[in-house]
Amino acid sequence: MSERKLINGNEATAEGAIAAGCRYFFGYPITPQNKIPEYMSEHLPDVGGVYVQAESEVAAINMVYGAASTGAWAMTTSSSPGISLMQEGLSYMIGSELPCVVVNMVRGGPGLGNIGPAQSDYWLATRGAGHGDGRCLTFAPFSVQELYDLVGEAFTIAQRYRNPVMILADAILASMREPCRLHERRDPPPGQPEWAVGGPRDGRPRNIINSLYVDLAEEEQVNLRIARRYEEAAQQEIRFVEYGADEPQILICAYGIASRICQTAVQQAMQAGVSVRLIRPISLFPFPEEAIRQWAERVEKILVVELSLGQFIEDVRLAVEGRCPVELMGRTGGMVMTPEEVTDRIVDGRGRLNECLTPGPSAAGRGE
Amino acid sequence: MNQSMHQTPTDQVKPVYTYPDSLTEVPLRYCPGCTHGIAHRLVAEVIDELGVRERTVAIAPVGCSVYAYEYFNTDAVQAAHGRGPAVATGIKRTRPDTIVFTYQGDGDLASIGLAEVIHAAARAENFTVIFVNNAVFGMTQGQMAPTTLMGQKTTTTPRGRTIEQGGHPLNICELLAQIPGVAYLARETMIAPKYVMRAKRSIKKAFQAQMQELGFSLVELVSSCPTWWRMKPLEAFAHIEEKMLVQYPLEVFVDKLKEANDSSG
Amino acid sequence: MREEVYMAGMGGQGVLLASQILAQAAMSAGLEVSWFPLYSPEVRGGWATCTVVVADGEVGSPVVGHPAAMILMDKIAVENHLGKIRPEGLAIVNSSLAGEEFDRDDVRIIAIPANDVATEVGSERTVNMVLLGAYVASAELVTLADIEQALREVIPERHHSFIPINVAALQRGAQYVTNHR
Repeated sequence: MSERKLINGNEATAEGAIAAGCRYFFGYPITPQNKIPEYMSEHLPDVGGVYVQAESEVAAINMVYGAASTGAWAMTTSSSPGISLMQEGLSYMIGSELPCVVVNMVRGGPGLGNIGPAQSDYWLATRGAGHGDGRCLTFAPFSVQELYDLVGEAFTIAQRYRNPVMILADAILASMREPCRLHERRDPPPGQPEWAVGGPRDGRPRNIINSLYVDLAEEEQVNLRIARRYEEAAQQEIRFVEYGADEPQILICAYGIASRICQTAVQQAMQAGVSVRLIRPISLFPFPEEAIRQWAERVEKILVVELSLGQFIEDVRLAVEGRCPVELMGRTGGMVMTPEEVTDRIVDGRGRLNECLTPGPSAAGRGE
Repeated sequence: MNQSMHQTPTDQVKPVYTYPDSLTEVPLRYCPGCTHGIAHRLVAEVIDELGVRERTVAIAPVGCSVYAYEYFNTDAVQAAHGRGPAVATGIKRTRPDTIVFTYQGDGDLASIGLAEVIHAAARAENFTVIFVNNAVFGMTQGQMAPTTLMGQKTTTTPRGRTIEQGGHPLNICELLAQIPGVAYLARETMIAPKYVMRAKRSIKKAFQAQMQELGFSLVELVSSCPTWWRMKPLEAFAHIEEKMLVQYPLEVFVDKLKEANDSSG
Repeated sequence: MREEVYMAGMGGQGVLLASQILAQAAMSAGLEVSWFPLYSPEVRGGWATCTVVVADGEVGSPVVGHPAAMILMDKIAVENHLGKIRPEGLAIVNSSLAGEEFDRDDVRIIAIPANDVATEVGSERTVNMVLLGAYVASAELVTLADIEQALREVIPERHHSFIPINVAALQRGAQYVTNHR
């Protein structure tokens, strides 16, 4: 097995992409993910790749659009305000059925917000991708190793469904260092997909990358084709992990960094005699509805823990469909709940939403 | 395919005017008196003459020429409004062996896409921009553009453009001329055959600059919009000559081909 | 086994470097680890904190409300964080900047005049290593040899000429704990 390296999430993102075969990166600096473009600018030329610092996130995603239209494995990364600016380009890529990988190191918002950790771009990631009837396939890692692995896999998934893939992480995962096993860098697959542009050479029919369908019925057919790919993804790409009691009274739902906090809380609560289980979705779209629905039949209640004020909980409620009560424990604006606070909430039900709004341990500040 | 529809050259008949291979047979949907058709043909002729059709990617804008991807018989990508130069950057950086051009109007390039075109020029991106400036938003029905002339009536300057309401016209070539990454830069028009010939020469040089990897190239074509200028086609051409060319004088601003050829010759 | 070390100080005192060396040493010893930094937005100065969690299985939360151990490098760090340490926990405090009066009697506090010790070693910039050495000697999580090896891995090669003085500082910090036991 390969050697472990103590690297942070930004480095894992960049190296994970290069190792998977990504050779084209277009980006614009924004904290807390600046180590990614820095790493790319240093390492991509070594593997024959290209790094371009775009004039804005708007330009960056459109450079990705151009690169993806040639069949290249291209990516961009950013943090919340920058991802807002990329929505137009993502919508065009979905409409033009182009693959790409986008990583969002979510920070506190709305507006300029701050550079603390947050999960308040859940809606942006899972519902967003700009205007129109399309979405990003969205995955949320919870460790540096999982970030490295998922970023790499995201390129294959994006190609498989010809759709942008969003990796949703946060300011903690961006700056946190953990041991990570790195595999050897692979080359991207040779040749071009048959739909890619590059000039109609050797008499092949010309290729057009386009999302304009003035024929309404044709647009509907295109949207249905895209929707069928999402249905296929719901069959193939659902990922989640569970921890804790086999016959729980309480089910905790959390993803990403919040699920790391809950992992420890579940251990503490079980030591305190509460029968509790954690389900951690890794795929957020498609969402592991069925797994949550089955637990909803068997538990007294579900506690949703997220670094936002009730975004992720909507998908849980849609899965539960009223089968059991679903409660929220949320922090926001760059603030983080501690495992002890989650444990208290599990053990004696304290800490309702309004109490979560009182100041707690500061997690504001700058990531690496 | 084109040749089956049109005159096949024979020993007896020497064709002097054929349909360019680089245009499809899709009928153009432009208004009577609009110069987009001439501009399309000139670009297509240049691509034919340079023999690069099979490695060309056209970038279509948002605006009247949104269907450019249907008209140019090359690979094509339809870009979001104003983002053509960013999309072209992505294509050219991943496939440097392609010939890439964006085709953009004044709303697309001079308004919403100004940052993209200026930064592409600053990075000396090796692609060509065809900038069609008719001083009005055509597709959205005649609103003011950044290039609208002072006093010009549009559907959003019903009393004529004033400094107070709409500010000053923006001269794109003059802005770009000071950027070192620009290899070829010219402003042309198409209101008479002599101008059309000149415009074609400039378009060809812009593509040649790209083929020689000299950097960013752009040709502005001062164009007509009889529909939203509310003029007859000939009145529109006269308007270009009398008014537009005063604000937007014809000039070759940058020609590094000449420098390159001089230094090599 | 799960050990949590929270380290806090002023920007420039070396919180991030010392904690990263600890994390590297734990990883090399075959343990799981997370290193989670937080610091104020100033490019120079400000405050810096870091949480290192070490476990022999999954680390779980990298965020800890009540850590088992703290390394506190100045008075402000003591004022802000000492109250949050877990009862029966361990605090290594830089008494050169934080004094020797503390309002916790339910935790084991080791006060070291780390600035003085560092000056004796030859560089006041080794305060972080003095305190890290004291922690290593107090906690028995990793050995000084592990830390010395980690130092070589974390510090860029161009700065390896500083390794001897850092090792000396680590050893003096550890000795201080042994001598005052």
